Order: sequence, then structure tokens, then C-alpha cells
Amino acid sequence: MQPSRTRTRGLLRRITLPDSSRVLFRPPFRNYQFDGAYDEMFEAPGIPRPHYRALFQTLLDLPSEELRKSQQAAELSFLHQGITFTVYGSSEGTERVFPNDLLPRIIPYGEWRKIESGLTQRIAALNLFLEDIYHAGKILADGIVPKELIYTCRHFRREMRGLNVPRGIYVSICGTDLVRLPDGSFAVLEDNLRVPSGVSYMLANRRVLKKVFPTLFRDYGVSPVDHYAQALLSTLRALIPSNFQGRNEPTVVLLTPGVFNSAYFEHTFLAQQMGIELVEGRDLLVHDNFVYMRTTAGLRRVDVIYRRVDDDFMDPLCFQRDSGLGVPGLFNAYRAGNVSLANTIGTGIADDKAVYAYVPAIIRYYLGEEPILQNVPTYLLTDRSQRDYVLDHLDELVVKAVGESGGYGMLIGPHSTSEQREDFRQRILAEPRNYIAQPTLSLSRAPCFLEGEAQARHVDLRPYILYGENVTLVPGGLTRVALRRGSLVVNSSQGGGSKDTWVLRA
Amino acid sequence: MNQHRETMLSRVADNLYWMSRYLERAVHTARLIDVDHQLRLDQSPEASSGRWLGLLEALQVEAPENVPLDSETLTFLLTLDRTNPSSLFSCVAAARENLRQVREQCSTEMWEQLNRLFLQVKSTASDEVGLRDSYAFFRTVQEGAHLFQGVTDSTMSHGEGWYYIQLGRYIERTDSVARLIGAHFSRLPHPLDQAVESEEYLEWVALLKSCAAFQAYCKAHTAELRPLRVAEFLLLNSSFPHSVAFSVDRMHAAMTAIADLTERKADQPVRIAGRLLATLSFSQIDEIMASGAIAYVDSIRWQCTQAHTSIQQVYFDYPVEAALVA
Repeated sequence: MQPSRTRTRGLLRRITLPDSSRVLFRPPFRNYQFDGAYDEMFEAPGIPRPHYRALFQTLLDLPSEELRKSQQAAELSFLHQGITFTVYGSSEGTERVFPNDLLPRIIPYGEWRKIESGLTQRIAALNLFLEDIYHAGKILADGIVPKELIYTCRHFRREMRGLNVPRGIYVSICGTDLVRLPDGSFAVLEDNLRVPSGVSYMLANRRVLKKVFPTLFRDYGVSPVDHYAQALLSTLRALIPSNFQGRNEPTVVLLTPGVFNSAYFEHTFLAQQMGIELVEGRDLLVHDNFVYMRTTAGLRRVDVIYRRVDDDFMDPLCFQRDSGLGVPGLFNAYRAGNVSLANTIGTGIADDKAVYAYVPAIIRYYLGEEPILQNVPTYLLTDRSQRDYVLDHLDELVVKAVGESGGYGMLIGPHSTSEQREDFRQRILAEPRNYIAQPTLSLSRAPCFLEGEAQARHVDLRPYILYGENVTLVPGGLTRVALRRGSLVVNSSQGGGSKDTWVLRA
Repeated sequence: MNQHRETMLSRVADNLYWMSRYLERAVHTARLIDVDHQLRLDQSPEASSGRWLGLLEALQVEAPENVPLDSETLTFLLTLDRTNPSSLFSCVAAARENLRQVREQCSTEMWEQLNRLFLQVKSTASDEVGLRDSYAFFRTVQEGAHLFQGVTDSTMSHGEGWYYIQLGRYIERTDSVARLIGAHFSRLPHPLDQAVESEEYLEWVALLKSCAAFQAYCKAHTAELRPLRVAEFLLLNSSFPHSVAFSVDRMHAAMTAIADLTERKADQPVRIAGRLLATLSFSQIDEIMASGAIAYVDSIRWQCTQAHTSIQQVYFDYPVEAALVA
């Protein structure tokens, strides 16, 4: 029987309930576990949510051996394509395949609509915030966000003060991490406004899944994601530098730190998909405040740079002096309006984890709207009473360094040792501005195909938001998975994997 | 500025060129050792002991000190030894690394094929390259490289990037075939116009096979091997893809195409390759042999080096001031 998505939940309940739910729990779900977290697939043990029914049925019908073969084929395909990331701090075998899980994560259209409007609202507000911070600073004068918070932020760039950027857009490419709470609602865990990565895995996962479940994929009516690269190119082309004149289209390049960067695969992939040059710092030079790339036919002007190099390393004349990755003179060319950068310099101020706590207020201040997506409750450790509370409850909370990403510099209270907690206590007392704390969230769980069967693992969701002429979200994103049993950390550098995300069509 | 002209970063051109050179070097190494292993089966141990030095010389690897010059040690040194920068493994790894750095410039099929070859070589255990089992391994490498070339020719635009790949392959091939001929003639002096026989016959078959040329030679001259004809075939034959003349012709064609595509005024690389091509086109084999085959191949190799240097200077590593004026 081919189940239909359109059936009502009540009807499905009546169909599936007659037998005891245990009977329905055949392989590969025999050992599937539940806990307090929201389960993406099941609304109750043995009862799949309406949009997961067809997948559930397919998995019951498919011999495990078949799935295992598909999984091996997928792994091999990743290895052969060289879809790898680099692990820092290990000398040999630094390239690793990014683990891909075979079972898609499915999001109904209605839920996606809410995510989409919430993230559109958020990127609009954060851009207005950045423009304000680097110009008049009204939000500071009005006392909505404390001044000290901004001026003590490591990612605040004085060099950006008073500079008008093309279209007033500071963040053109954003990857926001969402988590689903036990009540089923989505919340923003963090904004990544500097150089977010992972979008290539979203595209690679989709290619693999289309091969593994072709008919299921077709029957589900999944929104396509393959136009991401084209949307990114349009976004970048919209950022024409103010002094650009005459020629037809601006020349866009992708600036990579090079082959040793953990996301190098992604840089090559995106450059290829967009049909633009992938350049390293040594390929570019600045002459008379114009940026050129060195080609076999001579020097060629560059107008827009999609940079995947951190602020610090962009220009040794302005920022970190010993950087060999950047281009001397680049920032002056930028200030002169001869080249655009995406994202601009200094956007890290708005994804500082302490500033994050103010984002709902920022949205209200600039847009006069209520935030569509909620924040996770956040304790600011510069506040005495909040700090005292956190120090008393370190074993329950998650503590994060405000300027870090990638799962580094984190304490997960319930999984920590007393030495680790003591270490963080000392660090917090020494530099309270440098840390925030949040309750330990019970991230939602989704079935993953591990060790030959379906097992529940915690997941998050990172959609990608593009902001050029208008705001574009490709329907989908990277669902990251904490592959270790019980783990809450989904970062690829910390043993995470990813799975394809199917946003269903309306 | 012409909007439709494709641009190619100097670094990318450099990577494609070196990728191709390294891969050619890897296949050359595979072929030489493969042929050597086959030959060893037919020879007495005394007869084959001198061959190792010739092989090392042809591959430009210094004979290691303090290790026995036995088949097992040397085969490992030349194939899987990761510490030897000239080993087959190192060459395939370098070719892959060069392509990985510019993988957005090549087709997906090319990258996947080279990556697959690399993974195969990487997973090969040292006992799989011994005298007993090596056949399959060397075949894998040679087939993998042929497949890569075929995939390249049929999936990549035959534009500037493709010509750098051609250039790398044929410069490397010219150099390694010339070196092989030099090493062989200095090790086995034989009357030039007499057919070689018995044990020595196998050595000359091995030389031809090392250039994948035995069958093609037999078609042209029958299986009677005369050193003069062998030298002529490997140096001057204009239609056999592993001969020096053929390789130089392709090298020259690639340089001309690149000069046209980039519209660069500097003509030095084309001039050097053209001169080398003319020398080969108008040479007579008896004149070459009379004045010394070894000196002749040395001069070819020297001109290859010059061609290489001029490409570096004009396309990859030019001074910025010169480019701004242009």
C-alpha cells in the first residue's frame, strides 16, 4: 500500500494502532530508542509522523542488507569524489570523508515557511544592526545594546567605521544553526555571519540520496536545492563595487586560504559550480587601489571577492601582519570602492555569542516586529547575578566561548568532569565577557542508519541564507548529526556527520 | 578586453602542468620496472645484476648506500617508498595533490579517476610489488593512467588548460625517453648495424618495451633488432606516440596553441620548442650516431630544460611590472 502524505494524522493513528506498536517495530527499527527529545520521525513509539510514513514503510520493506550496500556505495562515492574535510592538529591522513547518513530528514512545507520567514527577518535585522554599529550607533545611544559589549568584542573592526558598503549589505551569506526543542518548535542556536561553511555537503548529500532512493524521492515531492550555486552567483554579482563602471558583468572570484583549509573541498566545489576562479592570496595583487589576479594572459581586474578567509588574515597591511594568506593592500582597495567583499569585514560582531542574546531586541528595534524564531535562553556572565547562578549550576549548563565556532571552546555540563568544570569556572572568573551559558538543550533526534539498523541521534539544521538584490533561501540545509551515541555535538570536527534534508513542496 | 576569452590563473596552469608531468613520470616508472621484472625471469642472476644501475640511472634515482642492491629492496624504493620523492607512489600522490589544488578546473570524471588511481596505489601492500605479484599492480597503474588520459581528452575542453596538460606530458616524455636511450647506449655498446642476438636480444626488447614500442617497431622493421634502427625509431619516428620526435611535435603544438590563446607577445617558449622540432625533423640517424648518441640525447634534454624554464618565466611567474605595462 502506498501511503499518502495528505492523510490526516487521526486516520493514520487508526490504521497503525490496531496491532500493538511493538509488533510494528520490525527491523531496522527493532532497537530504536526514545527519550525526552522530540523525535523527527515518530510522534509516539511505532507511529510515524504523517510526512515520514512513506520513508518508514520503505525502510520496513527494504532488507537491511540492501540498505547496508547503499550505505557502502554512498561512502565509496564520497571517497572517490574526494568529499573530505581536514582535521587540524593531526599530522598524517588529515583528509577525512565527512560521514553521510543515508536516511533523509524530512521537513513539511508549513514548518519550512516559518523557518524561512524567521530567517529572512533575522538577516534583515542583523544587517541593519551592523550598519548602525559601524555608523551612528543609535542602538547603543538608545541603550538597547550596551556599548561595552560592542567595543570589547574581538570581532569589532574600527577600520569599518563610517564606510558605506555596496547596498548597505554586510552579511550576504549566512548559515544559521537551528535546533528543535522537545515541544517541536525551532529555535536559533547561533548565527554564523563570518564565513559559514557546509553548503557543499548539502548539495553532495542530495546527489547521493537521489541515487539511493530515486522513486521515494520522486514520490515525496522534495523541493530542489541544486540552484544554490546560481543563486549565490547572482547574490555576489549584485554587490557591484561603487566605482565599477563600463564593463558588462563584474568579475567575481572565490578567495580560499588554500588546500590545507578544512573546507577546501567546498571552495573548489562552489567555484566550479559557479564557474568563477578559485584564487589564493598569492594569485591576487593590488596596484593603485585596484585588485588584479595573475593569469597566464597577464593581469585581470577583480571586482567582487567571495572570501572564505577570516578577517584577521585578509590583508597583512591592516590586520594580522604575518598572514601569508591575504593580499597586501586589499583593504585600501575595498575602502576606495574598487572591490567588494562578501561578507564584509567585521561582521563577527553580530554573531558574537553574547550579542546573540540581544538579537530579539535588535529585531524589535529595527523592524518593529516580534521575532518569528525564538532564541535559546542565554546567561550573560558579565552580569553578576547571572554569573553567580551559572557558577552554581555548571553541571547542568552549556558554557561557550563567545568568539569561537566549530564546537571548540565548549563545556557541556552534564557530560563534563569536575576538573573541566573547575577549569571553566576559573576561565569565567578571569574573563566573564568571553563566555556565555545556556541550558543544556535536548536537541531533537532523527533515525540514522548505523551499525546495520536505525538508531536515534541528535540533529540540528543549518539553512543557508543569501542576501543580494533580495533574500534567498534554498529550501533545505545541512542537517548535522551527532553520530556518537548520546552526544550532543554535531560539528564535523567533533565526530559529527550530516544527512540530506528534504523540504517538501507545498 | 575580450569578454569571452577564458582566463586561467598562472597558479592553475602551473598545477595542471606539474600534475601531468608527475603522472607521466609515474607511468614511465611503472613500465620500466614491469619490463625489468619480466626480463629478470628470463635471465641468470649474474646477467641481471648490472641492470639495476641502468634502471636507477634512467629514472634519475641515486643508488642508495648501505642497502643491498637486490630486487626486493630496489623495487620497493622505486614504487611504494613514501620517503623517496621519485617513487611511483610519490609521483602519483604529487599528481593528485596538484590536481586537488585546481580540481574546480578539471572535469569531475578526471578528478575521480586520478583520485581512484591514487587510492589504489596507496592501498597496495609491499608484497604486491614483488617479483611474484607485480604484474597486476603495474597493469593497474598503466591502465589507470591511460584511462585518465582518455577521460581528460573526452571530458575536458581542449582549451588552454588542456594544452598545459599536453605540454607537461610531452616534455616529461621527451626527457625520460631521451634519458632512457642515453642510459641504454652507454651500458650496452653494440655494433650499430648488426642484429643483436641471444641474451643481449632480450635487453633490446626490454628497451623497446620500456617505451611501449616493441610491437610498433616490429611492424616497421620486423623482429630483427639493429641498434641503429632502434635508435632511429625511438628518436625520429614521427608517428609513434612515445618517440622523441612525436613528443616534441606535440610539445611544440601545445606551446603554439597556448601562445595564441593568451595573446602573449613573448615568443621564447615557441622558439625553443620549434628549434628542437626542426633539429629532430632534419636529423639523419647515422649522423647522430656518428657524432655520439649520448651527446645528442643530452642536448635534447638540455633544450627541454630550457623550454620548461621559459614557460615558467612567461606564463607562471612573470614580473608584475612587465604585465602592467602590457
